[in-house]
This record gives sequence, structure tokens and C-alpha cells, in this order.
Amino acid sequence: MMDLTIPKYKVLRDDGDCIRCGVCVRQCSYGVHEMDEDLNKVIAHSKECVNCQRCVVMCPTDALTIIRNPQSDPESVVYNNEVISDIAKQCQTGGVLLAGSGNPKPYPIIWDHMLLNASQVTNPSIDPLREPMETRVILGGKPGNIKIDEANHAIKTPMKPLRTIKLPIMFSAMSFGAVSLNVQKSLAMAAEELGTFWNTGEGGLHKDLVKYKDNTIVQVASGRFGVDTEYLNNGSIIEIKIGQGAKPGIGGHLPGEKINAEVSITRMIPEGTDAISPAPHHDIYSIEDLRQLIYSLKEATNYTKPVAVKIAAVHNCAAIASGIARAGADIIAVDGFRGGTGAAPIAIRNNVGIPIEYALAAIDNRLHQEGLRSSVSLIASGPIRNSADVVKAIALGADAVYIGTAALVAIGCHLCQSCNTGKCNWGIATQRPDLVKRLNPELMSERLVNLMHGWSHEIQEMLGGMGINSLDSLRGNRLMLRGIGLNDRELNILGIKAAGE
Amino acid sequence: MKRVYNNRKFCMDCKLCEVACKTAHSKSGNIVKAYKFEDPSPIARIRVEGNLDDSMAIQCRHCDDPDCVKACITHSMTKDPVTGIVSVDQNRCIGCLTCVAACPFGCIKPADVVLKCDLCTARSNGEDGMPACVEACPNLALVFVDSEVE
Repeated sequence: MMDLTIPKYKVLRDDGDCIRCGVCVRQCSYGVHEMDEDLNKVIAHSKECVNCQRCVVMCPTDALTIIRNPQSDPESVVYNNEVISDIAKQCQTGGVLLAGSGNPKPYPIIWDHMLLNASQVTNPSIDPLREPMETRVILGGKPGNIKIDEANHAIKTPMKPLRTIKLPIMFSAMSFGAVSLNVQKSLAMAAEELGTFWNTGEGGLHKDLVKYKDNTIVQVASGRFGVDTEYLNNGSIIEIKIGQGAKPGIGGHLPGEKINAEVSITRMIPEGTDAISPAPHHDIYSIEDLRQLIYSLKEATNYTKPVAVKIAAVHNCAAIASGIARAGADIIAVDGFRGGTGAAPIAIRNNVGIPIEYALAAIDNRLHQEGLRSSVSLIASGPIRNSADVVKAIALGADAVYIGTAALVAIGCHLCQSCNTGKCNWGIATQRPDLVKRLNPELMSERLVNLMHGWSHEIQEMLGGMGINSLDSLRGNRLMLRGIGLNDRELNILGIKAAGE
Repeated sequence: MKRVYNNRKFCMDCKLCEVACKTAHSKSGNIVKAYKFEDPSPIARIRVEGNLDDSMAIQCRHCDDPDCVKACITHSMTKDPVTGIVSVDQNRCIGCLTCVAACPFGCIKPADVVLKCDLCTARSNGEDGMPACVEACPNLALVFVDSEVE
């Protein structure tokens, strides 16, 4: 069948700078670059290019540039080249269009419509380099009141299991299979050094990572891959995954080609078989069912670990979160519609879910109204791109945030959205040994630690500027936020005033 | 002594170490000139063996008891007793290539007079500066560490 698609990108090579070293040829798993000995030139097959920019970064003379194919769109804003290309692909394959990463469409990013406050004259700002600044967060359900045994300086109220993180940022769930083991190693090493958590995702816990158990969140998802009592006890927190922001309402499908020996053992499924996570948990059709699973997991771990429930931000998530809190969860994680994925149908990724900012504000409100807020911790994600997003999320009511895509960007991801191909040139979303080894966890964990240190400094500066010396004083403190370019309804949902008010 | 060690597990066959070595040992020190204009073209002293699946970079090991030094008929190949660096005196070498044959690692490059890894001593002025190959490695597959650590 004739291929109706046109190249999306064009690879430009400055021939004056190209030294024919062939780094690009050897680094591209998509076969874009080819050394032509007859022409004594490196030539490019632009149509294969996914714009992962590996070659651009690796080229020692900066001779490469990838541009969007300047091919004109038709004279139509409705049917542009992207729309046409999607139809062309689909009429040739008959399949569902897949892509990785998060929703790339130009929906408003509400974080960028909120501004933070700072102190001037009437209350002094604080210099975090000179005065203590508390960025610690305690996760888990807190009691409504505390009885103290004053004679023995002890707390009489029975406490639920709590976990402390040194900064309000954790690495979100990315399963072994979807990402490479070296990615998970990098995350785990960084989490240990930073005093925070990384999350196994639903792919089980590889034996090499058990040593990071004190910094591990183990996930239980609808496919129940790799779940047994040992797995549960190898985590510090257990997370039940109901949904993810990139593809609310649907499950996952890890193709058999990615299920190599290691993935197979870790997931506890036969090698080469497709790993299919059903859309729902087939034992959870109600809040009561969810409660059963939460308590099964607590029972299995002797009530020593907090249990989290992760949902995608959808239209009625506030009511759902209320149900989750009542079902006995200690932590609720909410993933917005910009959250990332290893593979999702494009139609779902680009059109389903709501922004995390609204979902977070609505959930925090609802939990407060119902007197449930202190019984759970709230984690926001999808997208958290920088330290300002973290601060805004906390001001809207989050206890902490998850970062996924930002962490991957720190270790090389260039958002080409081709995770589903399994050919990731950065060694992230692939199981091919020659690609996986491009990620050295020793180097990559250092990058993650650096990023988090950078964010932590910035968070402290922003807190200090507001005259606040602890994250606890910022949580849900929406007076520190002002909206810009939002209508009354949106401001109302966010519970914030407009700039100037 | 400090030597360059490779880590096969993380070598990805990009050969940027070769590019850096060649540039570091060129007259101009400029990557484009080194590759496209210098004549004779400079030669990289390091080479990556293997393929995408399994590769590693190798250069002079600066052996404790070097065969090349023993084989050299003009005493131009010597091992510095203080630094441990094996180097060739370009003015004495007659290009007989006996050292090339003697080196068990194949790390001496044949030319009019032989060329080999000098741990970038000229580049770093004998300080503990990183050799160019180590600096260029994007994946920590080359490290410059004390032999005892290894």
C-alpha cells in the first residue's frame, strides 16, 4: 500500500562541520543516519526521524539540526498536516494510533495562570541561606487530635504508619518494562540520597532494587504484575493504581517483545507474552471493594505501611477522592491530564481527563468540607515541570508532588513521544541491551539529585520570599496565589483571587 | 599511578573518545581542522573495539613491566620511573615497529615514528587533569583513577 504520510522532520547537516565520525550513525536506533562511502558523506533518511535529538546532542561538532518539515499545510486550519498524517497512518494500518509521553495539545496550563505572593515591608521575608527552612513532609493519615502522656513525654493516641520525605517531591510510578532497569536504578539511587521515594510502577520490583526498599513505593495495579507478600513488604508505601493521567479509564499493554527474561521474572509472567493490565481492577467495582483491597494490603503487611491510591484527574474526582479517603487510604495521588505514559492511544491521551490544578483544588476543598483532609495526604502530578509548579501545587493543597516526565528529562528524555516504539535512543523507554546501557545509573542519579537540590533551593527561596519558613505553613494557603487570565468560574474552582484583588 | 580504565558495561560504541583523542593530538587542537584539513591527519591513540552490543575503548595500559620498552631497539620507548607513563621519544624512534608487534594490547599506532597514548600529559601539563578521552566519554565508561582502586 502506498505510504501517504510525509516526513514530520527534516535532518539538516552542516557539511562544513561534519567530520564523518559516524557518531550519529551509531547512535540512531531508527536508522536515520547512514555513512555513504561512495559520496564520502553522511546522509539522512529524514522520514525515520522522531526528533529525539540524540544525534544533535552527541554530534561533537554541532553539525546537526532537526527542523519540523517546512512542507506547507493545506490551506485549512481544520485539516492540517498532523490531522492528515494521523488519518493516513490509520488508513494504512487499521490500528489505534499510539504515542508516549503526555498530552501535547495547546490546552491552557493553569500553573502559568497563577502567581505567587512575596512579602514587602509589613512582614519580613526570610533568607533561607541564613535561617532554617523546613521542607520536610510527613505522609500518611494523621489523627484528628492527639492525647499526650505528659509524665512519660509520649503520645498516647495510636498513630497510623507515617513516612517522612525530606523534600516535597517524589518520583512517580514508571514500571520496569515500560522503562529500563537503569532508569529505575537511577531513580532509586537518587531517592535514597535525597531522602524521598521512587515508585516501582506496576511492573514488580527487580531483585537488584530490593536494597532501596526504604525509599520504595510498590505499586499494585490492575494487572497485579509482580505482586506477592514479599513484594509488598519490600516497599515502604504501597500504592494502588486505579488510573493514570495520560490515559484515564483504560489499562495498559506492554508488548511481548519487551518482556525479556529480566522483565518476565520481575513481572512474574512468561517471557515474550503481552503484559495486559485491564482497564479496571476486576475486584474493584465500588468504594467498598476498594476498601477491601486497601485492608487486604494493610493486613498483608501487618498495618505497618501507609496505603496510597492513585487516580487520574477526571470530572468528578473530588467525590471519588472523598470515597477513597473513607475507604481507608492514607495517601491519595492525583495525576492530571498532562501526565506522561509509555504508551497510550493518542485519542485518549489528547482528549481525556482534566487539569491537575482544578482537580487538586476541588479535591482539597471537598476533603476539608467533609472533615477528611487530615486523614489523608494528597499528592499531585501531571505535570510538575519546575519548582514553581511544586510551590503552587502545595499552596493549592497538595502535601507533595510526583514528578515523572521532569525526572526523565533530567536523564536525557527529549519528549519525542515515541516511548511506545521501544527504540528509545536515550536508553529510557526500551529493553534493548545496546540502548539500555546508554544510561549509567551512577551518572543519571547524580543528575536527578542535582535537579532536586536545585528545585529545593528555589522552593526555599520562594517560601522565604513569602515570609514562610515551613512547607506546612504554605499547604492549602491559597492566599499566596493570585490568578491571571482566568475567568471568575475558574478562580472560584481554584479558590484563589485574581491578581490585583 | 593513575590510569584510564574502561567500563564495558556502559560503553555504547559512540567513539567520541576517539574523536577527542584525535583532536587532542592534532596540531591545531581544533576538531574540524584535525579531521578535514590537517595533513598528515592526526591519529587517535585510543580505539573502541567491538560493536553496538558489546564494546570497550582501549589504549596504552602503561604496563608495570612493558614489553614495548623491552622490545625497543633504540631505547626510545621508556617508562618514567616517577610517573609510570610509558612514552616514546619521537626524535630517537626509527619506526621499526618492533614495539607495535610486542604490545599485547595492540595499542601502539604505526606511523613514520610510532604513536601512543601519553595520558594527555602535554595537554594537562603533567597535572592530574583528565585525559581528553575520559573527559569526552558521555557515559562514564572511561574513568581516570588510581590503579590501586581498580
